[in-house]
Amino acid sequence: MIESLFSDADALFLARFQFAFTVAFHIIFPAFTIGLASYLAVLEGLYLKTRNPVYQKLFRYWVKIFAVAFGMGVVSGIVMSYQFGTNWSVFSDKAGPVIGPLMGYEVLTAFFLEAGFLGVMLFGMNRVGEKLHFFATLMVAIGTAISAFWILSVNSWMHTPAGYAMNDAGQYIVSSWMEVIFNPSFPYRLAHMLLAAYLTTALVVGGVGAWHLLRDRSNAVARKMFSMAMWMALLVAPLQVFVGDLHGLNTQEYQPAKVAAMEGHFETQTRAPLYLFGMPDEATATVDYAIKIPGLASLILKHDINAEVTGLDAFPRDEWPPVPVVFWAFRVMVGLGLLMLFLGLWAGVQRARGQLYQAPWLHRAAVVMAPAGFVAVIAGWIVTEVGRQPWVIYNLLRTADAASPIAAEGVGGSLLAFIVVYFLVFGAGTFYILRKMAANPEDVHIPDYAKPQPVGMAAERLMNEED
Amino acid sequence: MDYALIWAILISVAVFAYVALDGFDLGVAMLFPWFKKEEERDIMMNTVAPVWDGNETWLVLGGGGLLAVFPLAYSVLMPALYMPVIAMLLGLIFRGVAFEYRFKTKRAKVLWDWSFIIGSFVAAMSQGIMLGAMLQGVAVVDRAYAGGWFDWLTWFTVFCGFAVVVGYLLLGATWLVMKTEGDLQKRAYPLAFKAGIGLFACIAFVSLFLPWHDPYIYERWFTFPASIGLWVLPVLLVILTIGLLNALTKKQQVRPYLWSLGLFLIAYCGFAVSIFPYLVPREITLWEAAAPDNSLIFMLVGAAILLPIIFAYTGYTYWVFRGKVRADSGYHD
Repeated sequence: MIESLFSDADALFLARFQFAFTVAFHIIFPAFTIGLASYLAVLEGLYLKTRNPVYQKLFRYWVKIFAVAFGMGVVSGIVMSYQFGTNWSVFSDKAGPVIGPLMGYEVLTAFFLEAGFLGVMLFGMNRVGEKLHFFATLMVAIGTAISAFWILSVNSWMHTPAGYAMNDAGQYIVSSWMEVIFNPSFPYRLAHMLLAAYLTTALVVGGVGAWHLLRDRSNAVARKMFSMAMWMALLVAPLQVFVGDLHGLNTQEYQPAKVAAMEGHFETQTRAPLYLFGMPDEATATVDYAIKIPGLASLILKHDINAEVTGLDAFPRDEWPPVPVVFWAFRVMVGLGLLMLFLGLWAGVQRARGQLYQAPWLHRAAVVMAPAGFVAVIAGWIVTEVGRQPWVIYNLLRTADAASPIAAEGVGGSLLAFIVVYFLVFGAGTFYILRKMAANPEDVHIPDYAKPQPVGMAAERLMNEED
Repeated sequence: MDYALIWAILISVAVFAYVALDGFDLGVAMLFPWFKKEEERDIMMNTVAPVWDGNETWLVLGGGGLLAVFPLAYSVLMPALYMPVIAMLLGLIFRGVAFEYRFKTKRAKVLWDWSFIIGSFVAAMSQGIMLGAMLQGVAVVDRAYAGGWFDWLTWFTVFCGFAVVVGYLLLGATWLVMKTEGDLQKRAYPLAFKAGIGLFACIAFVSLFLPWHDPYIYERWFTFPASIGLWVLPVLLVILTIGLLNALTKKQQVRPYLWSLGLFLIAYCGFAVSIFPYLVPREITLWEAAAPDNSLIFMLVGAAILLPIIFAYTGYTYWVFRGKVRADSGYHD
């Protein structure tokens, strides 16, 4: 290796920062497109069934936004598939035989399916007819869900490794594929993430609908999207609270140190308190300025107010995750989740009163909450990923031992390039998406599909029509 | 059964599928400077817009497949090729988003045109540099890359970078010949002709330089009679180039693209023959790099079932978007 100005610790920090940055940026797009692909399939299905032109307009309105978001997801995702090797080559060598095939299956079962049918979905309406087009939309939606299945299996295996052995070269090898794929935390993580994606999309759709309702209450297309989104919030938000609780109990069983950090529990104690607010201090192992409810954490985690809850004191100091980050990220996620629950209930009440479209304060709240799903998703991932430190494969491989032999200058330089490019490119994409969202959904142009058109024409119309 | 060898062949197929398919996407983008009119550029982009995403997926399969079945090669090559890999990824970002962004704006359209052109050029150049770096060898100590920061950067690797750019220009130009008509198509013919001659010259140079420079490769190609079978490759190279130039002269529509693909296939085989059986040349063979058999078998089952299905619906997509791409109406197939 060439001489480095920096120490290995700097290189490790930069590699971690780079992965955190690129993956946090990336997850924004799948969190949106997983939900939106399904929404589009529902819209197209409803249109074919009812022939209500509102559904057709909604489909055409959201499919263009989907195209931009999906494109950004693809290009930021390709970065991830190479980042394992560039910055985490020791991890790749050791864990490749286990996680590599799962990611290979993701490519084979999901990415090709999405990419193959995306072209037909975006450009093929006048070439394949309605039924085949609907089929293509379904395939894209199914592809996004399959993709989530595999990648969350990989991630979950790194949290709760199972079904493995070790070979002479120091690599993890598989003793049971079923145990690897369906490892203990996988079902909970998958359900939690998929619901998060649906909820995130519902909030975005609801926010956009509400925005247009604030301008014109009679806008039929805006009404429909707002109504559908608020149904989703009403049904999915409570379900998400329930699934999140199950996921937490699973984490309590397999990664108690993480839960201790989430709760700010430095000491193992009975009648453990729930901290609503506080400043965890790792040096003194206390939570300062605490507002707490005694016994509630015991009740939530053990379903018994007097039960003993394991604290960080049960673990060696060098196996603690960074407590304040985990503690705060968890509160952000849960806080936003409760606000989503509240929004769904509020809309439910207004709907019952027949006032769903005549409630400007509800609409304003929905606009404000539109990006809440993204924030909650990122906060949730921070909880689970920072919370499993210092391990990259839990209790097996330390993050510090997994990095590539790359000097800090290299990792830092590429990190800088990613930061500049991501803000530039995805900033522009977000701008275009917001501009699309600002367009009135009533004005969506529906081309005449009956008449076959050349590809170039169709593609251009689809993408340009309101310019 | 030799699963590692089967997988080496499958990964080679995936990488070739990537080169053959995304090659024309990148080539079409790099041809933008020769076609300045907005309307022409719209048509050019629309010839690849419905399929580029699927084409790029082969690159993900190449990367993911390498991690899955040859984790040691992946974990050595990625740090060794760190900068070209990152440059390629950034280039692919700029060209990938241009497909959507370009149609979303009037003012900044030119900006995204350049994002499309430069992004594609950087990606193609980086891929060529990686190819060259693999041919010149990678230093390995104790299961890890042990070379320097700029080992990948030599005049030879840069030459290989330009060779790939020229090759993709050829694929792009012959693709346009196939998918367009009128003035656009007319101007694509001479470009394809020049790129064809250029690619032949590049391949010929690398083929002569490498054996002269590298005794291992010399031995592979010049140990008679064992190497005699390999000499079918240079003969085919000449035949295919003549066929390509002939097809272009005769203004054929589809064949120039097919001849170009053949040319790529021959060059690719030459590359494979020169490095076999190494994945990290002169350091790690494909058998040393392979994951344990049960990982190889697990994925092989999936690949055997899924790859034919993928080929089927990818073929279907191309079928849906068959025929010439036009800006005006009056479509006839």
